[in-house]
Parts: sequence; C-alpha cells; structure tokens
Amino acid sequence: MSRPRWGLWLAGLLLAGLLVLLASALWQGRPHTLPAARLGAAFPALPRPVLGRAPGLLQTVVADGQPRLVNLWASWCGPCRQEQPLLMALAARLRAKGQGGRLVGLNYRDTPQDATAFLAELGNPFALTLVDADGRLAIELGAYGAPETYLVDAEGHIAFRHVGALTQEVIDRDLLPKLEAP
Amino acid sequence: MSSGLGLLGNTLLWLAVAAGLLQAGAGIGPWLAQPAATSRAGRLVRIGLVAQTVSLLAALVVLAWALAAQDLTIAYVVHHSHRAMPLVYRLAAVWGGHEGSLLLWAGLLAGWSAVAAWGLRAAEPAWANRVLAVLGALSLGLLALLLGGANPFEAWQGAAALREGMGLNPLLQDPAMALHPPLLYLGYAGTALPFAMTLATLAWGAPADWVRRSRPFTAAALACLSVGIALGSWWSYYELGWGGWWFWDPVENASLLPWLALAALLHVQAGRDQRGRFAHASALLAMAAWALALLGTFLVRSGVLTSVHAFASDPLRGSALLGLMALTLLVCFVLYARHPERLLPAKAAPLPAVVSRESVLALNNLLLIVACSSVALGTLYPLAMEVLGLGRLSVGAPYFERVLGPLLGLALALLVPAAWLRWGASPWRELLTRLRPVALLMALGAVAVPLLLWGVFGRWQWGSTLALWLALGVAGSTLAWAWQRMRSVGWRGFGVSPGGMVMAHLGVAVFTAGVALSNGYGHERDVRLAPGESAALAGCPLTFEGLHDEIGPNYLARVGQFRWGCEGDVPRLLRAEKRVYIGGGRPTTEAAIAPGLWRDLYVAMGEPLGQGLSASWSLRVQHKPGVRWIWAGALLMAAGAALSALARRGPLLPASRQEVPA
Repeated sequence: MSRPRWGLWLAGLLLAGLLVLLASALWQGRPHTLPAARLGAAFPALPRPVLGRAPGLLQTVVADGQPRLVNLWASWCGPCRQEQPLLMALAARLRAKGQGGRLVGLNYRDTPQDATAFLAELGNPFALTLVDADGRLAIELGAYGAPETYLVDAEGHIAFRHVGALTQEVIDRDLLPKLEAP
Repeated sequence: MSSGLGLLGNTLLWLAVAAGLLQAGAGIGPWLAQPAATSRAGRLVRIGLVAQTVSLLAALVVLAWALAAQDLTIAYVVHHSHRAMPLVYRLAAVWGGHEGSLLLWAGLLAGWSAVAAWGLRAAEPAWANRVLAVLGALSLGLLALLLGGANPFEAWQGAAALREGMGLNPLLQDPAMALHPPLLYLGYAGTALPFAMTLATLAWGAPADWVRRSRPFTAAALACLSVGIALGSWWSYYELGWGGWWFWDPVENASLLPWLALAALLHVQAGRDQRGRFAHASALLAMAAWALALLGTFLVRSGVLTSVHAFASDPLRGSALLGLMALTLLVCFVLYARHPERLLPAKAAPLPAVVSRESVLALNNLLLIVACSSVALGTLYPLAMEVLGLGRLSVGAPYFERVLGPLLGLALALLVPAAWLRWGASPWRELLTRLRPVALLMALGAVAVPLLLWGVFGRWQWGSTLALWLALGVAGSTLAWAWQRMRSVGWRGFGVSPGGMVMAHLGVAVFTAGVALSNGYGHERDVRLAPGESAALAGCPLTFEGLHDEIGPNYLARVGQFRWGCEGDVPRLLRAEKRVYIGGGRPTTEAAIAPGLWRDLYVAMGEPLGQGLSASWSLRVQHKPGVRWIWAGALLMAAGAALSALARRGPLLPASRQEVPA
C-alpha cells in the first residue's frame, strides 16, 4: 500500500475546511436578525385578553394607520429583564411625541400575577399588554422564544423582526426610523 | 453550595467516567494480544459498560427528579423549567437545553452500547471487546464535553436564591414536540454502533462476519431516525398551520443528512455482507453517518444557523462538539489510511455482471450520496457565504426540490427491478421474463395514471404524473415479488428481512405518491360564493349550504356550512367560522379542516361581499390530496427498517453460495 492516496487527502482537506468554516461561524458575532418566515405578512389577528382588564375583553393588534412595536416578553425570561430599561427609554421618547400608544407588549406563557409584578418592579413601557397565556399567537407569529420584537407597519404587516434582547443599536438603526414616522 | 441532588448527579457522572475508563481501557489495551487474556478483559469491559449505563441512566433520572421537584439550587433547573409547568413538560425539560440534551445523548449511547453487548454475545469475543471499548471511548468523549463546560448538575450561581425557575423553551411545550427530540437523538446515538464496529475493524481487524453483525444496528438507528423525522414533520403541519410538511429549514435538513447516510449504509452493508463488495463504501458511510449525526447536534445546539430551531449559546460549547467531531474523524482517517486492507473480505464473490443486484445497489448508493451532498451544500452554503463576508442569502425549497426530485425519480426507477435482480449476474432473458407482469402493469399505468389524474384533477402535471407512475411500478413490482416469494417458500419461509425490504420499499412508493399528489395537485385558491351556490373543489362541488349566527362564550360567530362531495357519495360536511370577539378587534377565521385518507380539505372564510346572511363571501379553499400518505410512507419505511433490525441472520456461509431463488 504505497501508492499515493490523493482521494483520502482530498477528503481530509475538505473535512478540515468544513470544520474551520463551522468554527469560524461559531466565533463570529452575528446579528440576531432572522429572515422571518412571516416577514411582510399581516400580523396575526388573533384576539387576546388584555393584562389588567377583565378576562372576557379581547383585543388584537389593530392596523389603524400607525406603526406599532410588539415586544414578546415573559416574567420568567432573563433577557427580557435585561432589555426592559431600553424599552422604558424608548417609551419615554415616544410618549414625549405623543406616540406612546405605539408600544404593545405581548405577555407570553405567563401568569397575570407574575407579569404584573414584573412590570411593577421594572416599569411598564407598554400602552397595552396582550396576554398570550397558551402561546397560540406566538405560534402563529413563528416566534421561538422570548424576547422577540416585531415592527408592525401602518398597514398591519410585519416589517421587521428581532430575536433576543434588544440593543440600543437595533433600536436606533432598525426600529426608530420606521416607528417614529407620522 | 451544591444541593443533594446536584451532588448525586455529579457523583453519577464521575462514576460514569470511571466506568467508561474501565470499559475503554480493558478493551483497547495492548494486553489483548494473548488469547488467554480475552475472556478476562471481556468481563472487565462488560462490567464497565453496565456500570456506565446504569450511572448515566440514573443521572438522567436524577435530573428528571430535580426538574420535577423544582430543585432551584441546580442552574439547569432554574434555566429550563418553571413550577407552573405541567409535570410532563417539566420532565421534557430534561432535553430542553443543551446540557440535558448532551446527557440524553450520552445516556442513549450507553443504552445502545448495552444493546450491542447483548447483540454481539455470539460474535468473536476479541472483536466484540474491541467494539465495546471503542463505544466506551466515544462515551468518554461525550462525558468530557458534559463535565468540561456543559454540566447539567452545575450549581446555580445567581446572586440570590430564586423563588422559581425561568421556564422551558416554549417550542417544546407540545406533546409531539416533547417526543420528537429523544427519538431523533436515539437515531443519532445509534450511528455510533456501525461507526465503532468500523473503527474497531480498522484498528485491529475483524472476524469475517462483522458486517453481518453490524447490519441490525444500522437498521435500528435508521428506524428511530425515520420516526423522529416523521413526527417533527407532522407536528409542523398540524400545529404551525402553514400547510406545509417540510420547510427545508437548516435544522430539518441536519436530521435528513444522517438519515440519507444511514439509508445508503444499510444498502451497501447488504452487498458487503452477501457478496464481499462495497467494503470501502460501507466503512466510509459508517464514518459519514456518525460525523453527520454530530454535525446535526452541532447545528441545532451551537446557534450558528439562523433557523426556527437554533438557539444561541456560548461558542465554547459548539467548539467542544466540533473538537469531538474532528478528533474522531482524524482517528478514523489515520486508521483508514494505514490499514484499509482490514476492511476487505477474505474472499469476495467474483466481479458482478452489469445486470446484477450489485450494480443497482451501487447506483442507489451513488444517488443517496449525491442527495446527501446536495442537501449538505444547500444547508451550509448560506453559512459559508456569510462567514466569508459574501453577503447573506438563503437557499430555499426551489433548490432542494429541483435537485432532489430527479434523484428520487432515478431511485424509483432503480427500485422497480431491484428485488428481482440476482446477486452476481441476472441474465437478461430471465429478468425480462420475471418482470413481465410488472412491465404489463407499468404499460397499463402509463395510460391509466395520466387518464386518472386528468379525470380526477382535470389538469396534467408531468412531474407528478411521472412520479406516480414510477411509484405504481415500485409498489406493483414489490408486491408481485412478495407474492411470488410467498408462493414458492410460504409464510414461514418468507423471512423477516425480506419482509422488512418489502415494507420499506412500499413505504418509498407510498411516500412518493403522497409527495407527488400534494405538491403537484394540491392547490389553494379564492372563490366567491353566495349561500346556495357551489364551486368545484377537487373535481366535486363544494356547496355553500348557508350561514347562521352563533353566540360563543366571548364571541359572536358567523358560521358557514359547506357540503363537499360528488353525486352519489356520502357528502362531507364542513364548518368554517368568522368570529368577532367581544371587545373589538379584527374578526378572526376558524378554518374547517377535513382530514382524509385521500386528501385534506381546508375551507376558510374571507370577507363578506355584501350585507346580511344571503351575501356572497370570498372563500379560500385548499385541497391537499395525499398529504397523509407522506407520513404513512415514512412510517412504513421505519417499520421496514425495524423488521430488518429484528431479522435473525444465520451464520455466514461461503460467499460463493447461491441465493435462495425468489
């Protein structure tokens, strides 16, 4: 067995290349912007109860000519705690311009007590919080965890999706320009 | 501070390490050169194996216990469960996170190794010891990953003691989804068995019947993986409601890759076992299946892919998995480069003729490998582009369908004569005689299938027609072969293994028919109907029977009733709703879904085009013929593989023996 085995070397090289590729993908900081399956689709119109109001009163994220930011959160989610100050600052900015109604919370697989306690502790940036206790709306959205943030345009279509905790950079670059439109 | 359960779990993991060291060390060591040492070493290997299996299974039980009892001193429990979760999902949280999944992987690998120890009890002892020792070494690799940075029993380091956990990854809070990962992991871990046998053979040589010993394990891993994949596909169909059954999501593809490698391996191992051919292919495919199973785990768990399944996490963990993959592949390649001759059989059958079972197996192998590489390319290409800074792109269904469609077609064409071919050489004349009934059926089908499709759907789609025609040929040929075998050898002599082949090949036909029908003839359209009117849906009239209002607990519903069915049939009644919830908001749609053996029907109400109960409505109707056949076919393939795993194969006969004539 002394003849050169080029095939084996080639296969080894290919595999090594693949491993290097995967390793470098792993170590590159990558944005968490997903090409969402539902991008451009209408925000699902599944009526949900509103946190802090009578359970029979149902509401959806309505398209009334205003863009909206829908933030999916839960009291049990660590990163949600982390992004809450950013959302509070965003809410203050929007309220100053009379656009405070554009922030909508979507409380996900949570209990009303825990959710209310969470907002009491960290502040409530939302004009309205819908309760998605069974996760139905999150499934229709194609969400895979909390937190996730959706920008819904004036026509009620999903214009942008961010997975994971928000950062100031994402807010400034991707959200504010569209959210502050008149 | 570590709790009692955390301490117990850690102790069990370290016990597993000690047992794994015994299992690997006793079997790999050089002292096995003397035959006298074999039985003593074998006993030590098995003691290590049993101890390892027991401690890992116990560790899984401890983790499940900690989750059930909400022991918040353990970080994993804090991160992946919540006391409000039902008990079932708290238990499913065992594999809800990275650490738990790795522990499950290790536990299943130990379980498979125990099954292998039992399955190899009649094998040559020295080789069996080596195989179990290699399995022990693989297990040690996984344990190193677990203890080196993904320990599920690590103590919670938070600032203060917590009142409650953070909850399970919500995607898993669904019954089908809770079962899908363990079945997938069972298949992934199963790839270790043919891999370990190949590695042991390359390193130390093997008895002549080693491939025959490894075939059942390949088949068992394939069966588990098939069921796992089918379950995931079915879930996405009924739960996500987007109407599709496979989205070519990178993580779905990652589970398809080892499946394709295992399917190819199962077939070449038959050729290696019966005829001594495909020695290199079966070794390389066993390595590929193992590497692809690790790659699948890596892709899901490392967060390198943006997909609905991937979860971002620490890059160190992903690197550790990559390291394990690199190390095992390196060892494999070095051994393969040094001693490829150990794979060769002592005596191979003479070179086969062009028309023979070997040729068809070789072509089938080629098709499966091309399919596997194409899927891998489509899955990793976007990642490569992004890493190299060449921009973001996504490779979607059109690529995969265009590449895999023709490959599946060719594979079906090969499947038609497959069972009838003999090993070595199949004389043309004899083959043609045997295939005459099948040829007749296919000639009839060439006329009947297009006519039937035209009659039922009123439309002619050439790709689907061809696929259905081939599926008919495969099903007919397989059944005819089974019938002839039944007549010549009877029920008792039929054999479990041929039964498995018949079932799996029928599964391929059923699966293909389902895909051809639902992809080619499924449609979605909007129609405008007033009560009393009807429109054609799938060749039969869909009648809008009427509208009425109903009051629900917290909504007002306008209910549309529909009747679908041709004259003379028992009509299907469908009920779709448009709901307006108290408190406002846009009206919602409750679509009517009628599942069926032949087709699924969807009717969803759109907007009213007028006022009152007699107004016409815009309706969205979907017709998905044959969609259930896709999963039925996958399950048939899984059942066939399971039968093949259970088959009792006799001792090895000389390679020159004649097959029992079919």
